[in-house]
Amino acid sequence: MGAFHSRPDENDIRHLADKTGFSVEQVEILHRRFKQLSRDEDTLQREHLYGIPDLECNPIRTQIVAAFFDKRNFDKDSPQGTVQEIGFEQFLTVMSHFRPLKLRMTEEQREQLRLEKLQFLFNMYDLDNDGKISLEEYRHVVYELLSQNPQIGNESAAIADAAMLEAATICMGQMEPDQVYEGITFQDFLKMWTGIDIETKMHVRFLKMDNTTLCK
Amino acid sequence: MYSVHEESPAVLTTDVFFLYLLPPIVLDAGYFMPTRLFFENCGTVLWFSVVGTLWNSIGIGISLFGICQIEAFGIQDINLQENLLFGTIISTVDPVAVLAVFEEININEQLYIVVFGESLYNDAITVALYSLFKYISQMDQVDSIDIFLGTADFFVVGFGGIMFGLLFGFVAAFTTRFTANTRELEPVFVFMYSYLAYLLAELFSLSSIMAIVTCALTMKYYVEENVSQRSCTTIRHFLKMWSSVSETLIFFFLGVTTVTSKHEWNWAYIGFTLIFCIVWRGLGVLVLAQIINNFRTIPFTFKDQFSMAYGGLRGAICFSLAFLLPDTFPRRNLFTTAAVAVIIFTVFIQGITIRPLIDYLNVRRTNRKLMTINVEIHSRAMEHTIAGIEDLCGQWSHYYWKDKFKKINDRFLRKVLIKDNRPQSSIVSLYKKLELQNALVLLDSNGGISGAPSLTSLQEQKPTKRETFLPEEVWSMQELLSKNMYKIRERTLTYTRHSLPNETRTKEILLRRHSTIRKSMRKAGTWQTPAAAKYYSLPPTVQNLQPRLRLRKYSLTGDDDGDDDIASEINFPPARPRLQLRAKEPRRALQPPRNKLETVNEVRTDSRRTPMVDYENRGGSAMSENSKGRGTGTKRALTPMRQFGLFNEQGLKNKEKEDQMEMEEFRQEALLAAISEKDANIALLELSSSKKKKTQDEVTSLKREKDRLVQQLKQQTQNRMKLMADNYEDDHLKSHSDQTNHKPSPDQIIPPLLDLNQNRSKLKLYIGHLTALCQDRDPKILQGIAPPTSYHHDDRAAWEEELQKMSLEQLEAELEKCEKESAELQEYANTVLQQIADHCPDILEQVVNALEESS
Repeated sequence: MGAFHSRPDENDIRHLADKTGFSVEQVEILHRRFKQLSRDEDTLQREHLYGIPDLECNPIRTQIVAAFFDKRNFDKDSPQGTVQEIGFEQFLTVMSHFRPLKLRMTEEQREQLRLEKLQFLFNMYDLDNDGKISLEEYRHVVYELLSQNPQIGNESAAIADAAMLEAATICMGQMEPDQVYEGITFQDFLKMWTGIDIETKMHVRFLKMDNTTLCK
Repeated sequence: MYSVHEESPAVLTTDVFFLYLLPPIVLDAGYFMPTRLFFENCGTVLWFSVVGTLWNSIGIGISLFGICQIEAFGIQDINLQENLLFGTIISTVDPVAVLAVFEEININEQLYIVVFGESLYNDAITVALYSLFKYISQMDQVDSIDIFLGTADFFVVGFGGIMFGLLFGFVAAFTTRFTANTRELEPVFVFMYSYLAYLLAELFSLSSIMAIVTCALTMKYYVEENVSQRSCTTIRHFLKMWSSVSETLIFFFLGVTTVTSKHEWNWAYIGFTLIFCIVWRGLGVLVLAQIINNFRTIPFTFKDQFSMAYGGLRGAICFSLAFLLPDTFPRRNLFTTAAVAVIIFTVFIQGITIRPLIDYLNVRRTNRKLMTINVEIHSRAMEHTIAGIEDLCGQWSHYYWKDKFKKINDRFLRKVLIKDNRPQSSIVSLYKKLELQNALVLLDSNGGISGAPSLTSLQEQKPTKRETFLPEEVWSMQELLSKNMYKIRERTLTYTRHSLPNETRTKEILLRRHSTIRKSMRKAGTWQTPAAAKYYSLPPTVQNLQPRLRLRKYSLTGDDDGDDDIASEINFPPARPRLQLRAKEPRRALQPPRNKLETVNEVRTDSRRTPMVDYENRGGSAMSENSKGRGTGTKRALTPMRQFGLFNEQGLKNKEKEDQMEMEEFRQEALLAAISEKDANIALLELSSSKKKKTQDEVTSLKREKDRLVQQLKQQTQNRMKLMADNYEDDHLKSHSDQTNHKPSPDQIIPPLLDLNQNRSKLKLYIGHLTALCQDRDPKILQGIAPPTSYHHDDRAAWEEELQKMSLEQLEAELEKCEKESAELQEYANTVLQQIADHCPDILEQVVNALEESS
């Protein structure tokens, strides 16, 4: 954060680009979008994001918006709690979780990227930041996911239960009867994603072209 | 040989090929195109199929023309148009073998869809180019305006075809909305409209292939929701079969042609054709991939590109097009020969080597098989997140368009085109599919069902006991379960022109009959139902699951308190409540078990026993808090279970025994249901996709599980028999003790004795039926098993008279004797039944009748 919010200079942009892995053009485009969203303010607030018309019909809108204000996703020093407003750097850092894979990457980098992306997803579920997706949290997400279909509202809890049960079976194997599965930890989460190449799926194409004018 | 040469190949004419053989092949490809993947990679697919085909055709055509200019080869008479035409013919790829390999090894989706889509669309493009070049090559002189017109025509034809396809796709979807009463006609509509689209497009000289492919793509989604499960299966199978028949026929022709027709072998031309095919394909993929990689988020690696290039097999369509060149064509035979040579080379050499090559290259693979509900949820959440982020940063990609399409689809299309408009989330459908499997797995994994070996089973255990059934045995059991028992009903079915016999009804009859038999057996075993509250065995599960089960209304009892109590406390086995969900597919597939659950499962429950059921059925992986609370209860309830094997009649309270009995019954039913479910699942899997090896593996494993269940059921039945006998004994022991305490009058002993006698005579009657049946069928069945002595003397009236005169001690002795005899008879009946089941399962239906009569 700094003075560059109103008019980012070359160095700041380059610095940000290096830090987040975006290209300079992309940073500029995203900055323009940031400005557009925040109505030329230096910081972005939740209301700004809720105001995006395209986002209106997204069932997990709340989680998405919350992810931007979640310290876990951008603040490495004190990864806890939420903030009320974010600056451009934070905005960019959150966005950087959705960078596509590069053609030439070592296995290690890929793995790292995968972990980051999954951590981001995990954080979206884990609302209370205790490192576990509890049943309640899971139900909440499933409920939201299915909230567009009014007819199946009741089933969402069942689905979440089933999913949880499945998670328990996948992660713990056979459990003792009095053993309680408290929630999905990040390790379990990783286990569930084994074999599914999220790194090729979880990405946004950040165009080099500016089309912010087209957006509402 | 000569006569073959005269007549046979002539069968394949242009009309036959284009009107009858080609449509099924492309319809099949269009219908089974993975829609979602296709639209995600739409650009790339079109890029490779359109530009790639053009590239190949023109490249091969022109380079062959270059070869023709060399005097030494003696093929100078082939002009440019003809070469281009041949280039077009030879650039139709048909990678059936490659796709099969890709599918088997779960290659990454992007590669798969590109090869698939390419094979689909390049048919359309080749055919269009083919007509264009055929037309041009027959002209004496080619103007530039002709080429221009041809190119324009190319696009008009393509888009016209797409329009027709869309139109008929929607019409077909709309039609199937109203076919609920004529389910048997549903597949006809699908085929008819696709074919209509094809023919009409042909009539207007538009691209008929585009039309039929688009039609199939459009209608698939809606039609599959509208039609019944059976029609859906029929459509799929029929399409697959039809296209296989077409392809096989074409390959027949190819074989015949290879052997019989006049070949014109020109080493240079054919050799260079082969070389150019490989070179241009390789180059094309390389160049096109370099260009498209700039626009793709997941670029094609060199390995991908190599697999793509190597997967360019030529097939049926290539041959047909070459073979169908008009006879007036000067070098027709050369072209046919060259095409056959290329096809044989690519199919045999490339087709065989591609698998090891891909393995060697270690091309990136995707795990497409493993779909858990978690993954589905997470993927959906991720998609939504991405769409959201895209909205946030103002970027549009296919997620954006997907969102938009989904909105339109939900708002308009689905309302018009789908009968039962309930927006279905893929999570829900997957959930429903998975929980079936889950239920089975859980039911299966609870060692409890057959955990404690019963006394009987221990005694009867032979040293060389087979673990699994032979396939024939399984087959006979399936037959036995599904067919034989309701043959009578089937005979009376009326025949109508357009409908199929409704098997579900007969199945229900079967189930009902089964339940009556069961009841009668219970009666026979003097097993009195206590006045305790009765529940259907499927009360609601944990609190939150309650509303989704519509079961409470089935509860027989007015005792609301107990009901609620149980409802909140009990976690029922997932297998059964879940069946109540309104799952579209599984429900249909599972008609039998569901019926069974509704008709048969009248079981008394009590709160002590049920947690045990729950515990066992959940496979011990219960995770909610209440499972913890139940722990102790579970263990307590489990003890009698464990003791069951070493049955201690003194130590068991009557209550517990009843519980046990119900437990047994419950388990038996659960097993029955599980077996039916397995059957249904197997059927589902077998129907859904026959091609994949993975599915087949799954089917085999399911079958194995089923076999195990069947065995468990056998054991369970034995257990129950034993338990019933024991219970019976016990009842009388109790009466003994009563006696010692306060001297019962003979009148108190006589009624049970009479009961017992009645039961015994029933058994005798039953055995009589059985043996008569066996004698009718095959006397050998009864060899080596002699009826107990008690079977023969039967003089009821005299016995009853005698009874009145007997003293107390005599009565007691008589009672014991009766019991023993009953047990013997029971044993014998069981043996006979077993023999029948082993030797001639087909008369089991009659056995069932006999059972009913005797009760």
